[in-house]
Amino acid sequence: MELFEALSTKFNYWIYIIIMMIGLYAMISKNNLVKKLIGMSIFQTAIILFYVSIGVKEGATIPILYHDQVHPSHGDSHHEADTGHGEDHHPSHEEIVANLHIEPDDFGNPLPHVLMLTAIVVGVATLGVGLALTQKVYRDFGSIEESEILKSIKSAK
Amino acid sequence: MIDQSPALILLAPFLLAIVLALLGIKREWLCFPLVIAGLAISVAASVVTLMRVIDEGTIQYFFGGWEPPFGINLRVDGLNALVALAVSTVSLLTAIYSKRAVPAETSDKVSQFYTLYLLSVTGLLGIVLTGDAFNLYVLIEISALTSYALIGMGSRRATLAAYKYLIMGTIGASFYLLGVGYLYIKTGSLNMYDIQEQIVANNLHSSPTIFVAFVVIMVGVWIKMAFFPLHSWLPNSYTYGPSTTSALLGPLVTKVMIYVMIRMILTVFSPEFAFDQLDWSNIVVWMSVIAILAASISALSQTSLQKMLAFLIIAEVGYMVGGVWLTDEMGMVGSIYHIIADAFMTLCVFLFAGIIFTKTGRRDLSAMEGLFTKMPLTMVGFLVGAFSLIGIPPTAGFFSKWYLIQGGISSGHYEYVAALLISSLINAVIFFRIIEIAYFGTKPAEGHGHHHNEEHKDGPKEASFSMLFPLLITAALLLGIGLYNQEVVAIITNFVSQFNIGAIIL
Repeated sequence: MELFEALSTKFNYWIYIIIMMIGLYAMISKNNLVKKLIGMSIFQTAIILFYVSIGVKEGATIPILYHDQVHPSHGDSHHEADTGHGEDHHPSHEEIVANLHIEPDDFGNPLPHVLMLTAIVVGVATLGVGLALTQKVYRDFGSIEESEILKSIKSAK
Repeated sequence: MIDQSPALILLAPFLLAIVLALLGIKREWLCFPLVIAGLAISVAASVVTLMRVIDEGTIQYFFGGWEPPFGINLRVDGLNALVALAVSTVSLLTAIYSKRAVPAETSDKVSQFYTLYLLSVTGLLGIVLTGDAFNLYVLIEISALTSYALIGMGSRRATLAAYKYLIMGTIGASFYLLGVGYLYIKTGSLNMYDIQEQIVANNLHSSPTIFVAFVVIMVGVWIKMAFFPLHSWLPNSYTYGPSTTSALLGPLVTKVMIYVMIRMILTVFSPEFAFDQLDWSNIVVWMSVIAILAASISALSQTSLQKMLAFLIIAEVGYMVGGVWLTDEMGMVGSIYHIIADAFMTLCVFLFAGIIFTKTGRRDLSAMEGLFTKMPLTMVGFLVGAFSLIGIPPTAGFFSKWYLIQGGISSGHYEYVAALLISSLINAVIFFRIIEIAYFGTKPAEGHGHHHNEEHKDGPKEASFSMLFPLLITAALLLGIGLYNQEVVAIITNFVSQFNIGAIIL
């Protein structure tokens, strides 16, 4: 039962580890240079999944304040102004902030997600450099199979 | 201007890299002066920053005026001020060396090479200066991505070596990123000092999450610094890349990563956690003993000069990792001093290897036959570097080994002391073999004056000024750092003593 709980409540972490190991396996054991790079991409994506799942909360939404959250009585006061009973009072910025009732639990944590934008860019750049190097390897050795390249290096000696 | 000095250290090469990328392709003559200008500003700013740190203590620089933990800051103390000065000086000296070497080796890509060079230096300086754990990851990747490209510009084998480096480097950096994620889960912060405060305030030292973060970060950093079983990417990358690349990355990348390890242990996780709670010290010191011995023996069996030096770098990494994990104040001081000393001695021998390669076009040891008569000044520079790597006084290498051995003895790790001494002996064998070849030649029957004269005419002459100058300056710096070791060590001790490592009883 405990094991089931550990698996079910933290399944996102289990999945990220499984994906990461798939990527690591491909990077280490594949013979084809492009397949290794695919493994590298899977590996990095697993870490992105890990970070994204840190920031997620159950039932939470994106960390943006909607208009009616900032001006909760705006519609009402407008209505009252129309009927001529209310005061024409526009709250200042400080008052709005002071009156806001924001529960942090209602919003997902944006920071890990923002960090992953950077990590995605880094990942794309790494993949680009990797593919460029693969292309150069192919031009130099006429193959992208690691075993064949090593054979041609040995025979050149 | 003075207030901005920490930011200038890395902004000068960064901004000039952009200028170079825009203007350099059409105007190749502009590349070299711009690189020198950028790095000279960087060196000057490092000197100013170091002076300020000595006067005022820790300097904080807030980017855009945002204070941490919300903003990103540079935080400079006695440790990173010294390392930043070493990094910027080494990159300036290598840049001077590159004047002839880059057009000769990568003739069609001069401006691209220099742009990547400046960006790589920016990344390395950023790693050293930043106070933000996630920024550190981005900067590791900046310096790594540029170094893959810089290595890949070399010969046929270099491309494959760069590819392997890319795979290993990405695994290392990703592990580091993972560790930062675990730290963030527990502390909710990315600023190194804030993380430390949160760990202490919430008493998280016994948390398994922090433990996982530490393990993952250490593994990542060890891969990036080529700690012995994880070193496979290094030898070929530094052997077959262009000689300027080897002279830039060889001295810097591994040392900067050792700085990251020290920073993580001392500042982020605190030494009590790393040394006392985990009780890893014995294991890691034994690992470093194996690293030192295995790498030194591998170096002994190499016939290519560059590859031999690359294995020596791996052995030196073992010295420093061992010194950090001795759990001794003297060992820590020795390791930090060795970062600076080793940056310059590795630079010295790699510059020598680069000069030999450009002059003779060969990498094997027999290329050095009779060099004492043909290139006396180059050999003088090399001798200082070699003596420093062996550990002969008064070079810097002697004093760093002295402190490391003192640390080893006072913490009772005699196996580490023995490994250091054996490695010094092996270094002596290696370098005296080179000196013998350079002085007497490989063939015994070459003493005839007639034959000698003939060879003198055909053989290589003294290296050009732009190559010789950085080599001799580096040699002079090695002697200078050695002779003024007490001043340098005073700064380091001042930094290390606040952590009270000696009080940790194992």
